[in-house]
Amino acid sequence: MLAEVGQFALILAFVISLVQAAVPLVGAHRGDPVLMALGRAAALLQAGFVATAFVCLAASYVACDFSVALVAQHSNTAQPLPYRIAATWGSHEGSMLLWVLILSVYGGAVARFGGTLRESLQARVLGVQGLIGAMFLGFILFTSNPFLRLTPVPLEGTELNPLLQDPGLVSHPPLLYLGYVGFSVAFAFAVAALIEGRVDAAWARWVRPWVLAAWIPLTAGITLGSLWAYYELGWGGWWFWDPVENASLMPWLLGTALLHSALVLERRGALVSWTILLAILTFSLSLIGTFLVRSGILTSVHSFAVDPERGVYILGIIAATTGAALALYAWRAPALKTGALFAPVSREGGVTLNNLVLVVLAATVFFGTFSPVFIEILRGDKISVGPPYYARTFAPLAVPLLLLVVLGPMANWKRDRLDAIFRRVRIPAAIAGAVLLIALIAGGWRTLVAVAGLGLAAWLVAGAAAIPARRWWAGRANLGRSIRTTPTAVFGLALAHAGLGLLTLGVTGVTAWHQDTVLNMQPGQSVAFAGRTVALQSVEMVQGPNYQARQARFEVKGAGGTYSLIGARRAYATSQTTEAAIHVTPLGNLYISVGDEADGGVVVRMWSHPLIMWIWCGGFLMAFGGLVSLSDRRLRLGVAARAPAPVMVPAAAE
Amino acid sequence: MKRVLLIAATLSLLAGAARAVTPDEQLPDRKLEARARAISQELRCVVCQNQSIDDSEAPLAHDLRVLLRERIAAGDTDAQAKAYLVQRYGSFVLLRPPFRPETWALWLGPLGVLAVGGIGVVVYFRSRGGGAGALDAADEAELDRLMATAHEGDD
Amino acid sequence: MRRLLFLAPVLLLVPVLAGFGVGLRHDPSILPSQLIGKPLPAFSLPPLSPDRTGLATADLAGEPVLLNVFASWCVACRVEHPTLMRLKDQGVKIAGLDWKDEAADGAGWLGQNGDPYALTGNDRTGRAGIDLGVSGVPETFVIDRRGQVRYRQVGPITPEVWAQTIGPLMAKLRAES
Repeated sequence: MLAEVGQFALILAFVISLVQAAVPLVGAHRGDPVLMALGRAAALLQAGFVATAFVCLAASYVACDFSVALVAQHSNTAQPLPYRIAATWGSHEGSMLLWVLILSVYGGAVARFGGTLRESLQARVLGVQGLIGAMFLGFILFTSNPFLRLTPVPLEGTELNPLLQDPGLVSHPPLLYLGYVGFSVAFAFAVAALIEGRVDAAWARWVRPWVLAAWIPLTAGITLGSLWAYYELGWGGWWFWDPVENASLMPWLLGTALLHSALVLERRGALVSWTILLAILTFSLSLIGTFLVRSGILTSVHSFAVDPERGVYILGIIAATTGAALALYAWRAPALKTGALFAPVSREGGVTLNNLVLVVLAATVFFGTFSPVFIEILRGDKISVGPPYYARTFAPLAVPLLLLVVLGPMANWKRDRLDAIFRRVRIPAAIAGAVLLIALIAGGWRTLVAVAGLGLAAWLVAGAAAIPARRWWAGRANLGRSIRTTPTAVFGLALAHAGLGLLTLGVTGVTAWHQDTVLNMQPGQSVAFAGRTVALQSVEMVQGPNYQARQARFEVKGAGGTYSLIGARRAYATSQTTEAAIHVTPLGNLYISVGDEADGGVVVRMWSHPLIMWIWCGGFLMAFGGLVSLSDRRLRLGVAARAPAPVMVPAAAE
Repeated sequence: MKRVLLIAATLSLLAGAARAVTPDEQLPDRKLEARARAISQELRCVVCQNQSIDDSEAPLAHDLRVLLRERIAAGDTDAQAKAYLVQRYGSFVLLRPPFRPETWALWLGPLGVLAVGGIGVVVYFRSRGGGAGALDAADEAELDRLMATAHEGDD
Repeated sequence: MRRLLFLAPVLLLVPVLAGFGVGLRHDPSILPSQLIGKPLPAFSLPPLSPDRTGLATADLAGEPVLLNVFASWCVACRVEHPTLMRLKDQGVKIAGLDWKDEAADGAGWLGQNGDPYALTGNDRTGRAGIDLGVSGVPETFVIDRRGQVRYRQVGPITPEVWAQTIGPLMAKLRAES
């Protein structure tokens, strides 16, 4: 019964989205307030119906309604409740529904909270959102219906892939989708601006919080994905350059560029058409990512069940949205007003450089991910592109960007001098230099590259702290007031950049100084490893709710004391997983993984991962910094300071 | 006995990343084993999805790890050992793509985009420079003095 | 000139999407064989049971022959087995390579299901398979008179595969001098 309700709600949502796609665009063109109001109503209704459909699907999972095919394929009665709920988005169809849910909710939010926007702009944004929604709802209804019934009804379902039965699953996809789909708002704004033929300060002020609102969960989602892979997959890796991981990294890189570019556009009115292009491209990469995961064009540990037919449909959606948007850009963008002037050495110039490098990094990931497809078409030869490629192309380019991150915020708007900028960063430079020197002396010349990473991390963290510090020093005559009146966004900026520094610290530590070993261990045996003594105390078989496990108990004596760890190898109905034993400290992790039985004992693999936790602390701190920035009153939605801004007409042809 | 195990374990510390390798696969010679691990990380498990043979637990990955160690123990150089597998499975088995005409775009692409982008930025600045006319040296100095004393940068 | 710059993104999109479209037709998990057009690598495998002869490369020249890689634990091999039995009745020479299997298990499987092979060899370690670039079972190589590999089929030989690809190829190879 619920499934039918959900199905019907989905069909209604599809029809409404068609209305939402057409009506407000016509209304904006004609200046008809009734039609534009209809667009707002449609957006809210659509959000309501898609939410209804989603709730129906989730309820079917919770109730173990195995007459719904999806539920039978991804859940069973033994599965714990949280994972029955999370299984709602553990399949292609279900996750597509989540995608569309977030899309329609964002559309509804623009309708509900966009009162201060120019009505025609808001209508056009909703129209574009409606078009995208219609395409995806059509995709779901015609190729990926989550509410298909299964007859005869099985008594028991197939459980969700055990690897996915984990708290990380509950949050990783929704966070990522909030990011991917969130960029659709910026996309819709960009297309609306192109249709209108004008980009003004109000537009920029409206777009920025939406870009942040998408960037924050994407950052958190990627970080969480890395963390989840680390503790779930059992071999201590945290990034694999897998095509689907790359599919999330590309929009993130461009989204970061968009964030900075939109900032410049709002503050200074510069980089107009570039920001529009970025907004289009970022969401396009989100769509390409969706294509990658669901079409089977590339193999990936992440892929859902492969179906090239669905791939063709998604490709069509990309051609329609990205193609139309870029064609519109080619036609209308040249007529947009050219942005404000700024000198090459200036904060705007810094952002330009930042954008350049981020785009090149995104292009690098794109080349690496898709070259196998193109080379196979052109030459018939299959090649692989793995971590060794990215180590030689991505990493070298990221380093200069990290160096620039500190200099950018230190530069004045519009015009500045290099020597002045360098003078402002002398304290972070000194700190970084000191760290570099001390570490070099401690480690010796051969650790130069690793030590440089430490110096870079120190540079970033000190540079981030220097931003508020400079303000407070300048206002030190009245320090209390200086601190109190610091805009929240300054803290957000400092936290986010500091997070980047911590990320650098973690990556340096684990890449340069990891150690590992593998051996057969018997109960009672102990081994010295990475400054610790690890003893295997016992191996026993344990029963879980839906698995059987071989559990090994370890006792570890380290510099910080003695502690015990439990590692296990679980056998579920359909597959096996490894539950690693991990001891986390700020200085590094000890990671122990239990393998198969061997000669009365077990195969034990051990890793030492120095500083690795800072990778995820850094990632989450970046997201948190973004959140802090978003809370800045100046950015809050609906608190637009002025009446509709004076209209800036397209500049006369120069 | 325990001491022997302890020494063996300590020695294997230096052997590098050991993800799916089992103890009985490892070569007794430390240096050769380290080479084998390094090469394994650059070889793709052809039946898995994007894992190296060092990471994968698939049976074929195990076979390839053993085969690789045999080749290295028999005296192959790194290049020869890799070529042995490329001869059988094609370039697909290399996680680091070879540098050949068909992969020039892949390896040089990022630099190309950087160059094009860099030129674009330079052209952008050139086409918009000038403005109200360049300042002479005295005005430049005056401007700098004023800028230095003004409140530095709003955020 | 400026116009051209704005046109660039949409122009670049076209080959990218075209590439994706074409790429969808390819199966990313199937590796092309490195042996096409080359002689079969040398191997010599022991028999599956005392009443059989083994399989060596030299045995596979002189007439067009199919080299089928199978195993007793392989589920998909059962799918193609009836087709192979039919082909044997039609006079097609098929050699069997028992991959990563104990000889006794392979012999038992053939005893149970029928033996379509003129020759069989046991590759317990899988080393001969690696030399052939085998990554799974079943796979079948089409070999011509001179002992050169002309085609490799990944996956079971279904009646469609025989009718559309391998059958015509074998006919063509027989007509060759």
